[in-house]
Amino acid sequence: MEFLSDIASLINSTLRISTPLVFAAMAGIFAERSGVIDFSLEGKMLMAAFVAAVGSYFLGNPWLGLLLAIIACVSLSMLHGFASVTYKGDQVVSCVAINILIIGLTTALAAAWFGQAGLTPTLNEDQRFLEVNLPFAESLRDVPIIGTIYSDILSGHYIFVYLAYLSVPLVFWVVFKTSFGLRLRAVGENPSAVDTAGINVFAMRYKALAINGVLIAFAGAHLSTAVNANFFREMSAGRGYLALAAMIFGKWHPKTALVACLLFGFTDALQIRLQGVELPAVGEIPVQLIQAIPYVLTVVLLAGFVGKAIAPNAIGQPYIKER
Amino acid sequence: MVSPILELTNINKSFGHVHANKNINLTINKGTIHGIIGENGAGKSTLMSIVFGLYQANSGTIKVNGKEINLRSPKDSIINGIGMVHQHFMLVENFTVLENIILGFEGELVFGKNLEKAKKDLKDLCDTYKLNIDLNSTISDLSVGFRQRVEILKSLYRGAEILILDEPTGVLTPQEVDELFKILRSLKEEGKTIVLITHKLIEIMDLTSEVSVMRQGEMVGHTKTENTNKEQLAEMMVGRSVLLRLDKSEVKAGEVLFKVKNLTVKDDLDVTRVKNVDLEIRSGEILGLAGVTGNGQTELLEALSGIRKVESGEIYLEGKKVSDRQNFLDPRKLKDKGLAHVPEDRQRMGLVTDFKAYENLIFGYHDQQPFSKSSVLNHRDIISHSKKIMEEYDVRPQSPNLITSNFSGGNQQKIILSRELNENPKVLLVGQPTRGVDIGAIEFIHQRLIDMRDRGAAILLVSVELDEVLSLSDRIVVMFDGKIVGEKDNKNVTDRELGLLMAGVV
Repeated sequence: MEFLSDIASLINSTLRISTPLVFAAMAGIFAERSGVIDFSLEGKMLMAAFVAAVGSYFLGNPWLGLLLAIIACVSLSMLHGFASVTYKGDQVVSCVAINILIIGLTTALAAAWFGQAGLTPTLNEDQRFLEVNLPFAESLRDVPIIGTIYSDILSGHYIFVYLAYLSVPLVFWVVFKTSFGLRLRAVGENPSAVDTAGINVFAMRYKALAINGVLIAFAGAHLSTAVNANFFREMSAGRGYLALAAMIFGKWHPKTALVACLLFGFTDALQIRLQGVELPAVGEIPVQLIQAIPYVLTVVLLAGFVGKAIAPNAIGQPYIKER
Repeated sequence: MVSPILELTNINKSFGHVHANKNINLTINKGTIHGIIGENGAGKSTLMSIVFGLYQANSGTIKVNGKEINLRSPKDSIINGIGMVHQHFMLVENFTVLENIILGFEGELVFGKNLEKAKKDLKDLCDTYKLNIDLNSTISDLSVGFRQRVEILKSLYRGAEILILDEPTGVLTPQEVDELFKILRSLKEEGKTIVLITHKLIEIMDLTSEVSVMRQGEMVGHTKTENTNKEQLAEMMVGRSVLLRLDKSEVKAGEVLFKVKNLTVKDDLDVTRVKNVDLEIRSGEILGLAGVTGNGQTELLEALSGIRKVESGEIYLEGKKVSDRQNFLDPRKLKDKGLAHVPEDRQRMGLVTDFKAYENLIFGYHDQQPFSKSSVLNHRDIISHSKKIMEEYDVRPQSPNLITSNFSGGNQQKIILSRELNENPKVLLVGQPTRGVDIGAIEFIHQRLIDMRDRGAAILLVSVELDEVLSLSDRIVVMFDGKIVGEKDNKNVTDRELGLLMAGVV
């Protein structure tokens, strides 16, 4: 039975660890499907984590913290749009600028406001999101299999975990079953076709970026006001890049991107479990080596294990109407 | 009873310093097919882009059905019943036909009832005009001819009464052109108005009832088509009389200079694009390679010039094997052996457009005397050479220090041509020598190629312009789906026969 509960707790942590990746990957899908590269998922996630923690600390309500994080991330997305859509600057450069700016800004602001470089005060229970126990989770716990799945795997997560997995079918529906989604996909493939259909290419890209900002804010708030009770320096720890990789690995498609996020989450959950475990003949594996697994996997997968990932045709190109 | 459906008055449009449209007046009558003819860069496409709302005119008025309208975006034009089929199709390649057509006109937020209605309406339109399009096929699976039909259907579905077609036949086989013209005539029967932009005189004579001529941004003439002829139109277009037929001496083919045996080439996606091709070109002969774009001509040219590695097969120069899969010669070494190449895509492969003209004029030969000595460029000799050669090839303006992208398409092509021909190559591979080049320059370039041939070079001419292949070549081969599907002597072949071969019918 111990094996079964091991598996259950592994799946449980996979779901939790994948959550910010899923939000970020969905955010990335909106931006990139519209033809705007979003390398700044990392910076925006970090910004959201900071703003959510600070907002919640001052206002005493994590939902208000989340709202501020959304406003902050949408603003950053608009900044990215302003530089790369309206002013047709290089999209990657704009993203890198945002990422660097946010690392410095969050550290400096934390130092200025709380006297500790890159650290915000610990939030109390009212100021953060708590685990949600699904109805009947306790009473069903002893039922074999169903109890394990329902009570040990599905129940007891933060609200963001549920929202993340609900966002995937929602994103799928918006992208593939609505007229907005049709225009979104078209504008990333051939903006001229969209323009000649009488749709404003720039407005479409800004809308996509706004949605991108909302989604990525959830990822940041999850980090600082749910799984942790404060913000600390560079707490996004490359998750934005990992999510970008998952999105590419998932071919800009919500379902396959979800699979990729779960895979990365799983390797991460596994590496946490493997730390300190003695393997026969090898002995204890150095922690650093184990921690590198998800990143090594990213490189290996992207290096062509999954076949050629075909990006939206017009990605990275500013739309220039008149010659 | 003729009544004007579209009236343009005093339209002006500038791009930076280029005055693309100067005081244009144009009246188009309802239910006619109206041709607008002019050379490349005459301002035809700009004018029609203004009518379609894609560009905004600096001044002037546009009236539809007598009512003045303000066109801020294509949406305004579409609402006023104007549709446009662009030269480069405005289609999303990985979308279905249906998705492309409803884009922007979905009529509902979530796909449902309107989508079903759209399907039905589109089927009716397809039946009325015999378009024969499967709404569920993906654009990338469709031939160019069908993509164009999708564009026409798209405009009709959006309620176009005036349909503008920008150079619609450039990418079509003669048979596809026939089909297109049939569709356009049936549209006219149904009372639609058609504006045909072209630089091909024959299309104007075939199809239109009225014609307007543009030259250098100005409207230089209007007439009923029945009152004019090709020579007169050509003269109006160019501003001087032009030779429409080439004078060419009888072929005096010598020994085989260039031979290709059993050549197979794959593209970047690992798809076999050239399949067991054999070719032979003799000294003093132009071999024309005809075919619809995308049937392997590009890959063949790249392989022959050493840019793309061959899968199998051999290349012979003057009877000696010079290159195969094991010992593949790069473009440089082939060049040293007397093979010159004028690539299809001149801006991507033929030139560094951000560089100055003199630099492009010596590329590939820049390390040879007198252009460089012990790896140092000899600036003075390069400039004097450039001046001389620019004069000889009539490159305008004659300024070696001008950035190459500032030259017109025709003059850019002359820069490449002069560079390659100046070395007196034994074998010359030419791809699309006159694509995007105006009539005056076409005449010049064709004459140069004939001169090369008369001096004993073996020339391979790859072109999608059937007229060009027919007027220059001594022998013609047709490529379809990577294979050579037919060889004809130019003396007894018609464009119909070639068209059937190009379409893969025979």
